Amino acid sequence: MRGLIPWVVAVLAFWAFTRFGATLAPWAFDWPRAAILPAARWITAFTKWLLNEAHFGLFTFQDLTRAISAVIGAPYRVVTGLLSEGFAGLPPLPWIAVIGLAGLLGHRAGGWPLALLVSGCFLFIAVFGKWTSAMITLASILIAVPIGVAGGLALGLAAYRWQIFARAITPVLDLMQTIPVFAYLVPILILFGFGPVAAVIATVIYAMPPMTRITLLALRRVPDELRDLGHMIGCNRQQMTWRVMIPAAKEGLMVGVNQVIMLSLNMVIIASMIGAGGLGFDVLAALRRLDFGAGLEAGFAIVALAIALDRVSQALAHERPQALPRHVYLKAGLATIALAAVLALILPAAQTYPAGAQLSTGTFWGEVVKWININYFDTLEAIKNALLINLLIPFKRFLIALPWAGVALLLAFCGWRLGGWRLAALSGGLVVAIAATGLWEEAMTTVYLCGISVAIAMLIGLPIGIAAAEKDSLWRGVRLAIDTLQTLPSFVYLMPAVMLFRVGDFTAMIAVVAYAIAPAIRYTALGLQGVDPRLIEAGRAMGCTRWQILTRIKLRLALPEIMLGLNQTIMFALSMLVITALVGTRDLGQEVYIALTKANPGRGLVAGLCVAFIAIIADRLISASAARARQKLGLGT
Amino acid sequence: MTQRDDPAPDGMPKLLCRNLWKIFGQNGAATLEALGPEAAPAQFAARGHVPAVRRVDLAVNTGEIFVIMGLSGSGKSTLVRCLSRLIEPSAGEIWFNGRNLLTASESEMRELRRHKMGMVFQHFALLPHMTVLQNVAFPLEVQGIARADREAKAREMVSLVGLGGREDAYPRQLSGGQQQRVGIARSLAADPELWFLDEPFSALDPLIRREMQDEFLRLQSVLKKTIVFITHDFDEAIRLADQIAIMKDGLVVQSGTPEEIVLHPATDYVAEFTRAVPRAKVVRVASVMRDATGPTPAAQVAATAKVADVAAQFLTEDSVCVLDAEGEICGHLHRADVVSLMLGG
Repeated sequence: MRGLIPWVVAVLAFWAFTRFGATLAPWAFDWPRAAILPAARWITAFTKWLLNEAHFGLFTFQDLTRAISAVIGAPYRVVTGLLSEGFAGLPPLPWIAVIGLAGLLGHRAGGWPLALLVSGCFLFIAVFGKWTSAMITLASILIAVPIGVAGGLALGLAAYRWQIFARAITPVLDLMQTIPVFAYLVPILILFGFGPVAAVIATVIYAMPPMTRITLLALRRVPDELRDLGHMIGCNRQQMTWRVMIPAAKEGLMVGVNQVIMLSLNMVIIASMIGAGGLGFDVLAALRRLDFGAGLEAGFAIVALAIALDRVSQALAHERPQALPRHVYLKAGLATIALAAVLALILPAAQTYPAGAQLSTGTFWGEVVKWININYFDTLEAIKNALLINLLIPFKRFLIALPWAGVALLLAFCGWRLGGWRLAALSGGLVVAIAATGLWEEAMTTVYLCGISVAIAMLIGLPIGIAAAEKDSLWRGVRLAIDTLQTLPSFVYLMPAVMLFRVGDFTAMIAVVAYAIAPAIRYTALGLQGVDPRLIEAGRAMGCTRWQILTRIKLRLALPEIMLGLNQTIMFALSMLVITALVGTRDLGQEVYIALTKANPGRGLVAGLCVAFIAIIADRLISASAARARQKLGLGT
Repeated sequence: MTQRDDPAPDGMPKLLCRNLWKIFGQNGAATLEALGPEAAPAQFAARGHVPAVRRVDLAVNTGEIFVIMGLSGSGKSTLVRCLSRLIEPSAGEIWFNGRNLLTASESEMRELRRHKMGMVFQHFALLPHMTVLQNVAFPLEVQGIARADREAKAREMVSLVGLGGREDAYPRQLSGGQQQRVGIARSLAADPELWFLDEPFSALDPLIRREMQDEFLRLQSVLKKTIVFITHDFDEAIRLADQIAIMKDGLVVQSGTPEEIVLHPATDYVAEFTRAVPRAKVVRVASVMRDATGPTPAAQVAATAKVADVAAQFLTEDSVCVLDAEGEICGHLHRADVVSLMLGG
């Protein structure tokens, strides 16, 4: 109980400062206009300088970006040619050939069930008339994934070999994973221009950090004995890396590849804003004209593509001894292409899916929305308004009125109690940095939306997680649901929310909650299931009721895990929040989005960094308290 | 494989280490220099260092099974990794075939490990993506030996350890005992002179362990390698060893033949291990025989035999003749001495 006293004192002091400080120290509430750091202008000026004047002796920076564009552009043109546009006078691959190839890949990875699933997904895309868009998206992914995997692998290997490099790269990776993707779309747009190549570059940048991290982790997890073995039989460096370490780490590395694929898909959709085209563009265009049916249809196509890619890459991680030898698949693939090409010459319907046989649910969904709006408009509107007036708006006003100096001190105090003076300096310093950019109000709006969404996600996710942990059959269903939810690109979540509630904070909150609920459920369930069964047995032997076992034993011991779940939920919420700028929030995400439409790299990056700072503060404070909780429970670190 | 069996220079053991130290932590060697060899472990710990191996002297002769026995944390695994320089020792000398390993360059060390050393690991260290045959052939593949040659050699090794027919299985399809047989076959594939076994049977069930020990002794009777064998199991050490070194807290507390250790434990710590060992299984006839006086008994036993192995003779005899290596009578063994050894032990 004595440990509580400093907290109470700190909170009281904070409250007093907030309540009475405004007249004493107005500068602590509104960062003085004169002292705002013109960081945005600096960054914009720097980008201009890079683009127009930077020189590396032999070549200019612009030459460099052009070279990169060319290197990526050449294979991209080949793949889009193959899949959607055709090249050198030849038509693209017939759609039946692509479906056949996808089926073969599925068979190689996971046998007949997977083959059927994968070709089914592609067939779905064809039937619903999204073939051309889907192939453009697929082409971007086929280019971005190998680059992302190779780059991440190289960085991970370097970090594994040189400790110094690992230490230098970790904070960069942290930042890369917390900066919202919109923020670096702008500089890329400026440096590489509008178009699919810029989108591929953005995708690679987005997907590489997790691959780097997973590579490093997987290599470090290789048993010491295997490393010793490599040395004992006299492997040289290359043999050690390519013959021992990488094969031994393969399973972990394949998780990374799966991550890269899924992140690339997510990003390719977002990157439609800088010219990626494809399915993402369809969703974006539909959102802009509020055509829910069309947007939802494109969304379904994205989901089909996501499921196919996810299942295949997951299945590839596991060796399948009964798979046929590689050359059989190679021959079958070539035969499929040849057969389909011949067929396409005779029958045009084999080349392009006949428009007459396409189904469209677009009007159907439009009707559904109309029907809902006619019949339930008042109910939905009432729910929305009640929550807005009673919860969202008061909370927003409260947060915006807080003095930045008080928040900085309070968070520094939390950091000091939880992790020492370093964490205190980090937390306080980042708050001051946010205030110094002059974006305090937008930042607090972000905090408010994120906070409410996370609270709701946890309120729904915790009970589901607890129930799922108690019952195995329920857990199987829930896990399938959240696994599927997590493979969906974040864009997809916007459509149904907008359909029901139109634009605004409330819609954004619904989308964020839907996106961020998965980790809340997952970590809760996993944490509860991970509790040492002997302790539960001991509880039962003492005659605890189920409720007592849950509240006195399981939840206490699972607390650190649940806190990590909270942490993840916050990270998910922040990344989704930026995307909800599309439905008209007024937070940092909107700031980034505006910067994107105005092609202002400085403004976008500064707002993006502010989001990253919020994420970092939350992450460090929660991780520190989770670590303390673990320590207290003697669970080790 | 052309230059196998480099003889150690006259009078020198195959593998010799002198005053070997390993201090874990940054700049362990400098800390050792600063504190001096007599420093207590706590003094190292105070500076954030862990003294894992301290002033170890060992001599392993050609064709001998040298067992290093110690409980977990005694430094035995670190020691064996120092001997092959998988871990860089902080101070000392290691002589192999009359050459100081600590002065060898990285590429020289690589060549030595490729051709002269083999190692078996506690958790087998099999590569999961390779078949049994590919695993066993892997050391030869690393050396750049052509596929046909290395696979022929690997097949030979696989059948030597009794796994003929399982060449195309993957490690995960094998039992623990079978996996370790693969590990043994692999460590022998390059025909090493010096064979390190790091707790090879610790991860196995007791029954399988026993079977593998017998298998190991059978292999050694054919191969006659120079062996450094690590174990935490004192009974295993007694069973297999020609020489034993017992480690505690990084120091070798006693070394000698199993018999010497069981009959004359140097410290209470060693006595703790030897107490439960049946003396007759360790003690050789020569150690309990008396001078040859009185009438010559009809039955004969070898002086190097273990007492337990000849005890059955005393069901009918009161005393037996003891013969030395040349077949000459060197003493008599009496029933009373055997009985008191067996009951007392």
